[in-house]
Amino acid sequence: MSRSEVKERLERLELPFNAYGVDPYGVSRWHLGVIYEALTFFYRHYFRVRCHGIEHVPARGRGMLVGNHSGGVAVDGMMVIASCFLEADPPRLAQGMAEKFVNAMPLASIWSSRCGQFPGLPENATRLLEEERLLLVFPEGARGTAKLYPQRYDLVDFGTGFMRLALKTRTPIIPFGFLGGGAAIPTVANLYGLGKALGMPYVPVTPYLLPLPLPVPLEIHYSEPMVFEGTGNEEDTVIQGYVEQVKARIADIIDQRRSERWREAEKP
Amino acid sequence: MKVLILGLGGAVARRVALGLHERGHTVIGIDTRPWKEAPRGIEMHTVDLRKRAAEDVFRTRRPDAVVHMATVTSLRVQGEERHRINLGGTRVVFEHCRTYGVKHALFIGRHTFYGAAPDSALYHTEDEPPKELASFPELADLVAADLYASTALWRTPELATSVLRVCYTLGPSAQGTLATFLRGRRVPLVAGYDPLFQFMHEDDVASAIVLAVEKRPRGVFNVAGPQPLPLSVIVREAQRVPAPLPMAVLRQLIGRFGLPRLPPGALYHLQYPIVVDARAFQAATGFTHRYNEVQTVQSFLDAHPTPPSHREQLRHKLETLGVVKS
Repeated sequence: MSRSEVKERLERLELPFNAYGVDPYGVSRWHLGVIYEALTFFYRHYFRVRCHGIEHVPARGRGMLVGNHSGGVAVDGMMVIASCFLEADPPRLAQGMAEKFVNAMPLASIWSSRCGQFPGLPENATRLLEEERLLLVFPEGARGTAKLYPQRYDLVDFGTGFMRLALKTRTPIIPFGFLGGGAAIPTVANLYGLGKALGMPYVPVTPYLLPLPLPVPLEIHYSEPMVFEGTGNEEDTVIQGYVEQVKARIADIIDQRRSERWREAEKP
Repeated sequence: MKVLILGLGGAVARRVALGLHERGHTVIGIDTRPWKEAPRGIEMHTVDLRKRAAEDVFRTRRPDAVVHMATVTSLRVQGEERHRINLGGTRVVFEHCRTYGVKHALFIGRHTFYGAAPDSALYHTEDEPPKELASFPELADLVAADLYASTALWRTPELATSVLRVCYTLGPSAQGTLATFLRGRRVPLVAGYDPLFQFMHEDDVASAIVLAVEKRPRGVFNVAGPQPLPLSVIVREAQRVPAPLPMAVLRQLIGRFGLPRLPPGALYHLQYPIVVDARAFQAATGFTHRYNEVQTVQSFLDAHPTPPSHREQLRHKLETLGVVKS
């Protein structure tokens, strides 16, 4: 079932694949097929992801998905990518701005680039947006994934680069809240020394040691697009003000959904 | 227009010469390698660019435009000699251009100038500096020659200078870095990496240079044609046998067991992509490529089918000697 669905959706993915099934950025139809099949299993059956507000993701044209990090490894990013493929109509490829170490690692280098996940450089992001692609940004960066279990719903400081980029390229920002990643990978410590030795920012540690995600239900809530006026060359204070608005919207999504869950739990 | 091509012995340079000749330009060439079957009307001087005889060509023939393609790309030529050709030669060319009133100089450089690194932008633009040169010192002289040519834009403003950074070429001649790399039966890859490679058909490169001679765009321009492809796809479509090896192993085996010889720095180019944004050149000249990536790889394959394996070669020799029967 999922295989045919993936195949059908892959056919409808509006990317300029050439005769070899590769687009000008090296995104490969074959690699996407393999990865989406795996993601579909995790999305539908392992994490049982509930996705709300997918209609806010533009069907075509540039857009920037901006959300909170949740969970010590990239489960949040992968499930957002899966939701844009499985829930959006037509399906869309959300292209993440990955940490630079990913591109330097064997195998991860191939799979990330063939699936459209490029190093988080302003040049890459600008070009993709100008080509009317859908960008996935976590402004908390690596600090966001380093949150421990008690801080799983907190938001750490947002970078401002995404806002300048959105203004410069006149891109709507689609804020989203991601819930459940902290429970899926309940991080109790981060090993920064081991991470450095392995070429990564850190290695998360769970009560069962390995950072393997538990089959916990996850939620993604997309909100209405936010459009800001400007050129991207504004003063830091102006940009920071805009960033705070996005951050507040994401915090609202998370708080609202958490209180709804409490109310649901209290019902007799 | 009278056009002097330096390094006319190369496959692309010859195509440029033929293209210019067809369009009614007077073509003169300089190279140490003779071109015996040069068509009538193309004047060939078999001299060293750095010698007095080459200057005489500038002095007596007074070209309007000079296309400098006399740089050594092959990584087999190393050390002082390579520096003398690439750096010394480029300096001599621009001095002669200034002395003998040349109106337009084209320097044909390479896109590898930008360097390969895990944190590089996927599409490089002309204003980017060279990167990762420390890890690939063999490229230093080419980069220096490119930068020296670029300085002519402000050093000699009366001379219109076009610096073209051209991506890899591929085609029937099998000359050039990528074609040489793909020529053998086995092609080494770094296990776990599959960079994008950007390449153009030789005829398209020649057309781009001919267009640049006629349009005379001033500045530095990336020149590219069809979209890039992952190296593994090129190897597969060229019907070669991919040999993915861990980096540590590859360093030891390179140049042996039928694998092409490469300097250590070149191995970075097998890990990370160097892809250029050629929109500025297209806007300045209106250039569009004729051959897409599929046709380009096919043209190489048609001219250079997969070499037979060692076993097949041995069997063929034995059959020739009559030791075994087919």
